[in-house]
Amino acid sequence: MGRLRAGRRWKDRAFTAFLWACAFLAMVPLVLISVYVVSRGWRALSVNFFTKEPAGPLDPSAGGIAQSFVGTGLIVGMATLFSVPLGILTAIYLAEYGRGRFAGAVRLIAEVLLSTPSIVAGVFIWSLVVVAMGTFSALAAALALTVLMWPVIARAAEEILRLVPQELREGALALGVPRWRVILRVVVPTAGAGILTAIMLAVARGLGETAPILLTALGNDFINTNPLQPTDAVPLRVFADARTPVAALHELAWGGALMLLVAVLGLSIAARAVSSRQQKRMT
Amino acid sequence: MFAGWTGAVALGLVGLLALLLAELIVGGWRTFDRFGLGFFLGREWNPVRGREAFGALPFIFGTLVTSAVAVALAVPVAVGLALLLNEVRGFVRAPLASFVDVLAAIPSVVYGLWGLFVLKPFLDRHIEPFMTSTIGTVPVAGALFRGNPNGPDLFTAGVILAIMILPIVTAVTREVVAVVPRELREGALALGATRYESIRMAVLPYARSGIVGATMLGLGRALGETIAVSMIVGNVPRIGASLFEPGATIPSWIASSFREATSVGLHRSALMALAVVLVIVAFVLAALSRLLVRRTASLVSGETPGAAETEIPKVTR
Repeated sequence: MGRLRAGRRWKDRAFTAFLWACAFLAMVPLVLISVYVVSRGWRALSVNFFTKEPAGPLDPSAGGIAQSFVGTGLIVGMATLFSVPLGILTAIYLAEYGRGRFAGAVRLIAEVLLSTPSIVAGVFIWSLVVVAMGTFSALAAALALTVLMWPVIARAAEEILRLVPQELREGALALGVPRWRVILRVVVPTAGAGILTAIMLAVARGLGETAPILLTALGNDFINTNPLQPTDAVPLRVFADARTPVAALHELAWGGALMLLVAVLGLSIAARAVSSRQQKRMT
Repeated sequence: MFAGWTGAVALGLVGLLALLLAELIVGGWRTFDRFGLGFFLGREWNPVRGREAFGALPFIFGTLVTSAVAVALAVPVAVGLALLLNEVRGFVRAPLASFVDVLAAIPSVVYGLWGLFVLKPFLDRHIEPFMTSTIGTVPVAGALFRGNPNGPDLFTAGVILAIMILPIVTAVTREVVAVVPRELREGALALGATRYESIRMAVLPYARSGIVGATMLGLGRALGETIAVSMIVGNVPRIGASLFEPGATIPSWIASSFREATSVGLHRSALMALAVVLVIVAFVLAALSRLLVRRTASLVSGETPGAAETEIPKVTR
């Protein structure tokens, strides 16, 4: 580039510098968030943190958020139970049977639901279920999460099913296996790891959601295993504790945030690992 | 038979969306009916019986302001990052791309917590006073940056939103930029263009609609974000000139007032009306962005006669 007029070379260098500056700017919050969450959250982790409910105002540091972990397990567990079959069956329909405009409409609607703000799902279930039942509940929260997780699983699983080679289907059909059996015994198992990835990503999303659970499960200071009662959840507890003026509760909030990060990132990494094994299987 | 079952489930998904829209619209109907256009233009929000007034303007204002700040900050960085990811070789690209994906996976309550205890004090103590004393002195536009830097504010909420929408805008912009054929860029380079010039002439004109589409997607995400904003913005229904004052967005307001909303009177209905506004805007933005991203793809492959402001003739395959 020795022959360039100086102006052009300067612009090019400035542009390259700008690109790298953008990358740096993007990395700074990520590094800072990780560092702060780990360093402040680490202090909160203790046996009490995982096993005790919040202590009274006289000694808030002696308590924990056991009820949040139980509640998250209950809510996300139920939501997964609802959304996985629904999502997979929808994906099977779209990948195996869907031709024409109805399937196109379903796909479009799945995308529309994917772009729904999560609080809207919360308001929807709040109005439909909480108000009708007269109480906040873990079940309502699970339903709100299902509204969000169902389209995620459906779209991701559909893409995986489409990748299964057509020859497998045709071979099984040629052997006289009925269509439904081909799908259930040949296509789905082949896509197995990929579908697992889709589920993991949906669960990672469900774990981190706060707004829909806030409006439907409300939260609870005590461990609750009854799906029809208000229940706590880790993101809810972080949200609530952060807004109190009590420093000890802030520490619990950081601890909860650390657990959330670990869970969500762990699932994402695991999903990626599973997905690359799946790709090796299919090629 | 089996096909019937799966089709029924797929139909269920359609039904779910219909039910969602119906529930929200029916719930909010009484408010729209009673206040009409006044709902969108009214500035007072008073759920007290006998003096009920539900004007959503402060929340529409807060939502627009925080999202505008978020988009203004995030889009340039996202485009730069996307272009960089398109340029660098494998060993830098993969980890960098993974880091951006990690940003996308962080739950919003973690962003809110960090934003409240780390970012906000930093901005309040260092950045905002600095901005007040520099840009704040400019005659008209400076009013945006004048005000008490302490306490919750729209600006900090906007910054946190910018970080949250960065991954999605980057991801879509990357897709859009990657679709542009290599030959166009290589042609420019062969003619002696610098990297900057080749991108400016051979990539950006095609990618323009797609980048707008990516921006809309980011905007949609910023509009709907509840928790992180709720922790930072103060939840005060007000309209003002300064970015450094507290405010409220539609989602943050719904989250902070749903507990007091009883079915007596219009309070509950008013919150659902807010949700209707939010969901319609989000859907429209999502649809538009999809359209724009598709438009880039078809521009590049030559199916549609594109807006030909390019300085390099389109290469036909």
